Amino acid sequence: MTLNLTENKPAQTRAEPRHIQLGLHDEQVTEMYWHMLLARRLDERMWILHRQHEVAFHVSGIGHEGCQVGAAQALKRGHDYFFPYYRDLCFTLSLGITPRTMMLALYGKHGDPMSGGRQMPSHYSARDLNIVSVSSPVATQIPQASGVGLAIQYQKTDQVVVVCFGEGSTAEGDFHEGLNWAGIFKLPVIFFCQNNQYAISVPIEREMPVKNVADRAYAYGMPGVIFDGNDFLESYSAMKLAVERARRGEGPSLLEAKTYRPVPHSSDDDDRTYRSREEVEFWKKRDPILLARKYCYEHNIFDESKNQEFENRAREIVDDANEFARSAPYPPEEEALNGVWGALPKI
Amino acid sequence: MPELTNIEAVTRTLQQEMARNPNIFITGEDVGRRGGVFRATKGLIEEFGDKRVVDSPLSELSIVAVGLGAALYGLRPVVEIQFADFIAPAFNQLVQEAARFRYRTNGDWTCPLLIRTPYGGGIGGGLYHSQSIEATYAHVPGLYVVAPSTPYDIVGMLRYALRVNDPVLFLEHKKTYRLIKGEVPDDDYMIPFVKADVKRVGSDVTVVAYGLMLHETLTAAQELLHEDINVEVIDPRTLHPLDQDTILSSVKKTGKALIVHEDNLTLGLGAEIAALIASEAFEFLDAPVMRVAGPDVPAMPYARTMQDYFMPNAEKIAAAIRKLNAY
Repeated sequence: MTLNLTENKPAQTRAEPRHIQLGLHDEQVTEMYWHMLLARRLDERMWILHRQHEVAFHVSGIGHEGCQVGAAQALKRGHDYFFPYYRDLCFTLSLGITPRTMMLALYGKHGDPMSGGRQMPSHYSARDLNIVSVSSPVATQIPQASGVGLAIQYQKTDQVVVVCFGEGSTAEGDFHEGLNWAGIFKLPVIFFCQNNQYAISVPIEREMPVKNVADRAYAYGMPGVIFDGNDFLESYSAMKLAVERARRGEGPSLLEAKTYRPVPHSSDDDDRTYRSREEVEFWKKRDPILLARKYCYEHNIFDESKNQEFENRAREIVDDANEFARSAPYPPEEEALNGVWGALPKI
Repeated sequence: MPELTNIEAVTRTLQQEMARNPNIFITGEDVGRRGGVFRATKGLIEEFGDKRVVDSPLSELSIVAVGLGAALYGLRPVVEIQFADFIAPAFNQLVQEAARFRYRTNGDWTCPLLIRTPYGGGIGGGLYHSQSIEATYAHVPGLYVVAPSTPYDIVGMLRYALRVNDPVLFLEHKKTYRLIKGEVPDDDYMIPFVKADVKRVGSDVTVVAYGLMLHETLTAAQELLHEDINVEVIDPRTLHPLDQDTILSSVKKTGKALIVHEDNLTLGLGAEIAALIASEAFEFLDAPVMRVAGPDVPAMPYARTMQDYFMPNAEKIAAAIRKLNAY
């Protein structure tokens, strides 16, 4: 059965704020907010750099920060495995990829640690953080995550795998095959769908015949969980439960964050051709960062002057990363030939 | 030295290597309790258990993808695609993913995934149990395509493949599984990739062939001795990348080259080898480079007459060699 956390949200009867109930300290909540804010400011700068013709492409994670930061908080960084998709700027930032690295990749500059300037921007990768390289064909990472899950089960560690994708990807065969494996073998994999309601221009009704992505979990013998993806604490709560379940050896979960992408699909898209401005404005009022800030103010976690400090610091970090990447050299041209094969073993 | 068939060479090597390396596990359709439809993994589940010999769901895309994930993690997966004809759903995972991981991360992530699959025709397999898929995958940088064709080569290259840190498509000609026997030493020898083998030394014509066609070529070469035609037979063993030096030095010696494959003619491996010879050994040639290959039809037909017409064989190969020798 699909569990809908949003519809079944318990009434706030206890005096304790939600983050305390979830076992999060004020400092942890502040850090989560900080990652959301920094990701947003970085993302906005990337849009500007594209519009200034500084870079060729940008694909954005704006609007997804709430579900991403909440989920990242429930993982052990550098221990668990993470398969991101291209909107996971805030997720990968929270797990340890730096703004300088992201800017190097945006520009395709020499020494970009994610792909050495080979991939388009937002194709995250960090071997030392167990963040597996993103490719452009959607959903390919889903059955690969089941493979890592199988390997974890094989080696009997307490690691888990989280794999992210949009709801558009769930129309691909890779999605169904990946969940099928995980269900059969009870693999420690959390399938994390960030449902922003559009596959570029195609709305959800034309993407799938059921109401929720999570409804499909039943067919693969795992729980399906729906939650408000713009509520960072609800995302943390859902991921925490799924991670605990996976670590206990009870198998996979399918999580569905209901969210929205208030910006075009990518720098080459114009969303005015397929949706109303009223709809976009409605969702902008439910911006996950606005909601998180309001929560923090209400619970005296930090105040407006502290928030201004965060804004100033984010500006400095984004400026630094931007300048670092802008002034870095491009890779030497013959670098295009390297990295095809490894050294063959000597006999 | 024991004599093994090609299929026994596969099974015995997998058994030995699994006993040696605890990170090796096998998955694929029917590889466990059934021991594989060709029996290549016979006895392995009994010896190593169902965690190391894993019966997969019937889903080629994810057999490759799951193997790829396990390889990223650091295991040594050996996945079996039951028939090469059925690998198409995994094209994206194999070509766009496995073969590109190293390049797209500048060497950060590597993918030591071994994919074994039976290929080739002549067994009444019709369109979808007879295909030769090598040319499609030999076009992909970052993916080794190997096709060892004798028990000795299968053992040495399978052992080597399990030490290579890139994805490998390991092609086994299904008609040779029980047809071809040969002696295999007991020691742990290995045969490196990108190393062709001169299977028969000759002076008049060079023939490049692999798989079942290697054995048909050797039969033709034996018969042509009666006509005083001395054929040199080169087995490339690794189809991608090619050992160019061995092919070129043979052609420079004989001045005449024929390439034989079961795969259809157009843009097959023969086209690449012919181009190589044309650009690197042009001034040594005494005759046009020739090819004997399957016809350009979608795949091999089932009816015996049409199947035999499709398949190159010793007779057709001998005819081409005679033609070349006459120049």
